[in-house]
Amino acid sequence: MATKPEEFNFSKHDQFNNSMIPGKFARALRTCKIWQFIRFIVLNIKMLIVVSKSH
Amino acid sequence: MARLVVLGGGVAGHTAATFAADWLGSEHEVVVVTPNAKWNWIPSNIWVGVGQMSKEEVTFDLDPVYKKAGITYKQAKAVSLNPEGNGSSDKPFVTIEYTGQGKAGKSEEVTYDYLINATGPKLNFGATPGLGEGSQLGEHTVSVCTADHAQHAADELTKVLDKMRNGERQKILIGTGHGMCTCQGAAFEYIFNVEHEIRKAGLRDMADIQWISNEAFMGDFGMGGLHMKVGGYVVSSRIFTESLFAERGVNYITGAHVNKVEKGKVSYELLDGTMGEETFDFSMLIPPFAGVGLKAYNKAGEDITDTVFAPNGFMKVDADYTPKPYEQWKASDWPLTYQNPTYKNVFAAGIAFAPPHLISKPAKSPNGTVINPTPPRTGMPSGIIGKAVARSVCDLIKNGEGAHLHEASMAHMGAACVASAGKGWLDGTAAAMTVYPVVQDFEKYPGTGRDTDYTFGEIGLAGHWIKHILHYLFIYKAKLKPFWKIIPE
Repeated sequence: MATKPEEFNFSKHDQFNNSMIPGKFARALRTCKIWQFIRFIVLNIKMLIVVSKSH
Repeated sequence: MARLVVLGGGVAGHTAATFAADWLGSEHEVVVVTPNAKWNWIPSNIWVGVGQMSKEEVTFDLDPVYKKAGITYKQAKAVSLNPEGNGSSDKPFVTIEYTGQGKAGKSEEVTYDYLINATGPKLNFGATPGLGEGSQLGEHTVSVCTADHAQHAADELTKVLDKMRNGERQKILIGTGHGMCTCQGAAFEYIFNVEHEIRKAGLRDMADIQWISNEAFMGDFGMGGLHMKVGGYVVSSRIFTESLFAERGVNYITGAHVNKVEKGKVSYELLDGTMGEETFDFSMLIPPFAGVGLKAYNKAGEDITDTVFAPNGFMKVDADYTPKPYEQWKASDWPLTYQNPTYKNVFAAGIAFAPPHLISKPAKSPNGTVINPTPPRTGMPSGIIGKAVARSVCDLIKNGEGAHLHEASMAHMGAACVASAGKGWLDGTAAAMTVYPVVQDFEKYPGTGRDTDYTFGEIGLAGHWIKHILHYLFIYKAKLKPFWKIIPE
């Protein structure tokens, strides 16, 4: 069975073998427009809270 | 009429000067002394460095903005301070040397009632043999520290891409060029933007990309790393940083002091004392920062630079500079008001103030070489400090010497940071992070030193959208366009 693309890098370097590498679903979510729009709202709110606590 | 002189027109200086001019009105004078004719939104230099933005998109002329704000603008560099005046006058003054406005090379003494030192850093390329001379970039590597440097980096990167297209495998080395660098975040952004552009060009298989950093561990970022809540766990930034490097196939060397740069090769020493070499076809190495080298003289003309400035050239403020071991460091060591302890009408803001100590754990190789990141004080903290200092000075001018000084300790403030990992409205990504507070407070937050309710990180397209919108927002604010004051620092 062929290695899944997201698992290929584990064998590239010893450093990578002990890391966590996102799978297909996690990677897809990173550029999924609908999900990222929701995250955009959430991140802005979280950042504004930190900004307001810092002034 | 009182005169406030602001040295520097970067994030801290520009913020301080523009707010002070607004709050003081025309009754008092605000003077900005900066050697640059243009303001530069430095975070976007990363995109200039990969050819995704032009130099003009990240800079604008300062002169019309200062005219609009009623600020006296002197395109000059500060050379020395006389905080007690001189033999003929008690009035404190700064000696400046013009770099433009048709007066290049001419000196002038600018008197002040209050002074804000926000000169930013000297890019100390000369600290590493071969990286450059003094503050001048050398010929072997590129930089993204200024818009001009970034443009040059983009030109060199284009040549590397062309070589790959012609079937020539290329080695790319990006990171820090000295054991005591700060700004690892900029190098982090650049390496992933370069990787993103190479991948977009369909050439990823033709490039070996290598990270080299003075951080003791991945994700330190000069802040001792950070812990955040993810999926029910509280985890170190090291896990996330190493994950991104593994995902994108970027090898890394940590705890490295680059001690020599030659054509196509760097030599380095690691924290375990071993020496190594790394070759490259294209390299961007961040230089260490130092103070700009301002001198200070007392009324008798004696050199008092050691009284006003720390040995690294940054200005002493109300921090606790008593040398003490890491275990005894406290959040309260960090300055609150940024007032110089000797001269109460002098303040420092942004990179120009001398931090009391590192944030990261100090480290030395067995050979005695110091290899640890110095504290970051750029971006949001710089802006907040600049504004707080401007407010203090305005209150001192309006209410007299007993006025309340405003506080902006980095141990009490958080920071939002968006680190680009590739540009593109549909395929870009960035790590959106907040950290609260910037300086760990282990008395208040035992364990991680920070409040994990307000310390988080996440990578995705949303982060890129935020980063790109902030580019326009902060340039809009810096140009003093309508409602600029409501945009937070």
